Amino acid sequence: MNHAATMQADYEETGITNAKLGLWLFLASEIMLFATLFTTYIVLRLGAGSWPRGWEVLNVPLATANTFVLISSSVTMVLAYAKSVEKDLPGFKLWMGLTILLGLVFLVIKGFEYGAKFNHGLFPSTSIFYAVYFTMTGLHGLHVIIGILVNAYFWLASSSQFDHPLFTGRIEGSGLYWHFVDLVWIFLFPGLYLL
Amino acid sequence: MSGAHKPNVKAYLAVFAALMVLTVVTVSVSYWHLPPAPAIALGLAIATLKAGLVAAFFMHLKGERLLIYGLLGITVFFMAVLFTLPTWDSWDIREMTQRVEVAAPHQAAAAHH
Repeated sequence: MNHAATMQADYEETGITNAKLGLWLFLASEIMLFATLFTTYIVLRLGAGSWPRGWEVLNVPLATANTFVLISSSVTMVLAYAKSVEKDLPGFKLWMGLTILLGLVFLVIKGFEYGAKFNHGLFPSTSIFYAVYFTMTGLHGLHVIIGILVNAYFWLASSSQFDHPLFTGRIEGSGLYWHFVDLVWIFLFPGLYLL
Repeated sequence: MSGAHKPNVKAYLAVFAALMVLTVVTVSVSYWHLPPAPAIALGLAIATLKAGLVAAFFMHLKGERLLIYGLLGITVFFMAVLFTLPTWDSWDIREMTQRVEVAAPHQAAAAHH
């Protein structure tokens, strides 16, 4: 058995590669990180004398557009994974490229949203609501940036590593992370903008 | 690769369509401007359904190994504890504050100052 095959071999006890188990453990810690912020949001909102409804103060059409963008990027990500399983390099490059592009579109839209808030003199220090809004969307945006960097690395590396036995597993891993970023937004969007 | 999931493009596209429709539903419902309690219940229900679809199909949790289910089960349990205890506590404090204000509004107002 060569080195790559040894690394790829499933644990007899678990049937899962070390990389995948490690990634799920990392995502479990990420779930707890965002859960802490959501709990903080609930406690602050319950304790506040008054709290604005999201749609009164935030840009719902822009956030809705971003929801469509992020969901679309999740589907392009699984299509890139499907192409990596089929060993179709041009197909992989196309779908992964679109995933990266959609991630960048999300950041640009978010940039417009932040820019409008700053122009109106609204900052994290303005109120507890804005502190919560900027902290949660900011941490999520940081995750989007990291996801784009990871996906861009695999897009570039695919030219030389596409036939590596571990490549498909790596794309599955980066996909798990990217879908998690989408999952967080699925709760952030109604939680902050619509309620 | 062993352990990798067989892609199901038809299922991916069906989930994509469902997620788009559910997003339109969530946003449309928000324009009804429901009172907070039903708005939160409905918003959370739709978000949980969307999250379930992403996790089951895009993250391949459907047909995943038992070990991952166990790992996520423990995570969800502690996440529920993390949500419930502080929320319960602040709800209690809120109720107590309101009772004090109803029973003795002047003293409560004075206590605030």
